[in-house]
Amino acid sequence: MVENLRQRIDGALIGLGSFGMLAIEALRSLRYKRPTWLDFVRQLHFVGVKSQSVVLTTGAATGMVLCAQTYFQFHKVKMDTATGAVVSVGMCSELGPVLAALMLTARVGAAMAAELGTMKVTEQIDALRTLATHPVDYLVIPRFLACIVAAPLLTAEAIVVGILASQLVGVGLLGIEGTYYRANMIRYTAPSDVVTGLIKALIFGAIIALIACYKGLNCREGAEGVGRATTEAVVAASISILVSNFFLTLFLTRLFKGI
Amino acid sequence: MLIEVREVHKSFGANAVLRGSSLQIDAGEAIVIIGRSGGGKSILLKHLIGLLRPDKGSVRVGGVDIAELSERKLLPIRRRFGMLFQGAALFDSMTVAENVGFVLQRERHHTEGEIARQVLEALEMVDLPGIESKKPAELSGGMRKRVGLARAIVYRPEIILYDEPTTGLDPIAAGVIDKLIRRVWSQLKVTSIAVTHDLKSAETISDRILMLNEGRIHGDGPTAEILRSTDPIISNFVHGIPTETR
Ligand SMILES: Nc1ncnc2c1ncn2[C@@H]1O[C@H](COP(=O)(O)OP(=O)(O)OP(=O)(O)O)[C@@H](O)[C@H]1O
Ligand SMILES: [Mg+2]
Repeated sequence: MVENLRQRIDGALIGLGSFGMLAIEALRSLRYKRPTWLDFVRQLHFVGVKSQSVVLTTGAATGMVLCAQTYFQFHKVKMDTATGAVVSVGMCSELGPVLAALMLTARVGAAMAAELGTMKVTEQIDALRTLATHPVDYLVIPRFLACIVAAPLLTAEAIVVGILASQLVGVGLLGIEGTYYRANMIRYTAPSDVVTGLIKALIFGAIIALIACYKGLNCREGAEGVGRATTEAVVAASISILVSNFFLTLFLTRLFKGI
Repeated sequence: MLIEVREVHKSFGANAVLRGSSLQIDAGEAIVIIGRSGGGKSILLKHLIGLLRPDKGSVRVGGVDIAELSERKLLPIRRRFGMLFQGAALFDSMTVAENVGFVLQRERHHTEGEIARQVLEALEMVDLPGIESKKPAELSGGMRKRVGLARAIVYRPEIILYDEPTTGLDPIAAGVIDKLIRRVWSQLKVTSIAVTHDLKSAETISDRILMLNEGRIHGDGPTAEILRSTDPIISNFVHGIPTETR
């Protein structure tokens, strides 16, 4: 029992260590090696362009329901026109980046872990290494760069679509006065709220790419190994996003607003 | 001495695969490693190129202990090797031409035309012209193996490792590959190290045979001598006589 626990803790620490090594190796590669732009563009297409429909739908649905629910509560205290402000700040600094990142994890992180995992079990990673190519240079870096570029852009799109959709619901459906809705929204949304969201998205993008690549590259044998690597990548990345989001909120709010 | 393996041990969990293997290979030799299936031949081969690191012992290539080097420092040494994997290990997202030209493409100082010409030449060498734009999934196992061979020789390595180059091929294709391995060895002046069960093929492609048994090199000698050896373990293997152990 105690032995088992110790083994599990050891395993977790070793895993954390080798994940750290991967992150360091990635930074080293970025510093000293020229990335292959063609691979980067291919990944950017996959991560950025092809995730749009998913992320935009998520953004719109979230904006709409957030608006409706906020309105139902605020209406009781006759603060209808403040609804826009809550939706906007919520979308910019929390819901936009977190939900976009979770959708990216499901779509992109899972695919990356499965792809690299399959390459690992079919010895393609070993083949790559014998062909004098570092797997981090060739596989991780293009994916990492694509994620940190695409995540903030997709998040920005999700926020914009979410806010527009909320206005549609709030003004069009629930009958909030449009001018006040927009005025309050703009008045209470600080530029730092937007920046907070984009910084978070950048960090979440890095988390998704690194965890997915790590799980893929360390995949165990067989089809079962690939399945497990994929699941673990999605779970680990999602949890990391949610937990780090809390600390990022505290840190960035203190940084920008001194609270 | 080009390659020197000294007392290498390697275990996977409780499974001790290599138990003190030692061997020495000079530049320009043609070697075959034989041994029982599951005996650790592929594992041994992977140690020579640094894909696996020994638990104990050393692997020297050109005097450098590669077990000590980081993955990045190993890359220039790996460039001196070509390796054919047992399952070919082609990149399935790429076409045959992209697979074969991979190293040349990565080196960035060859022109597209030059790469295409060398890829074509390598594919002709393995008797597979005209399949450049196919994907690996469209090929048969034997064709994949030959593409893997083309990928390993196209960038003119000094040392080529073949993991079961003829397994899964029909006798004629196997004969073609054997001749090709011999030709690559004599024309390109490479050091050739192959793992195989196929003794007929071993006869064609090697001058010296090493036999791996129970995680150690049990026999080591000129091809003809090993094939006629009276040592019970070697002769049982050569004549396919089952033994009590394992
Ligand atoms: N990644 C691994 N993890 C755990 N055990 C492994 C791994 N790779 C190989 N083994 C074990 O090591 C032993 C030797 O494997 P290896 O592939 O070297 O055999 P081989 O001599 O090449 O056999 P064959 O002729 O069938 O290819 C086997 O028992 C195998 O189960
Ligand atoms: Mg093998």
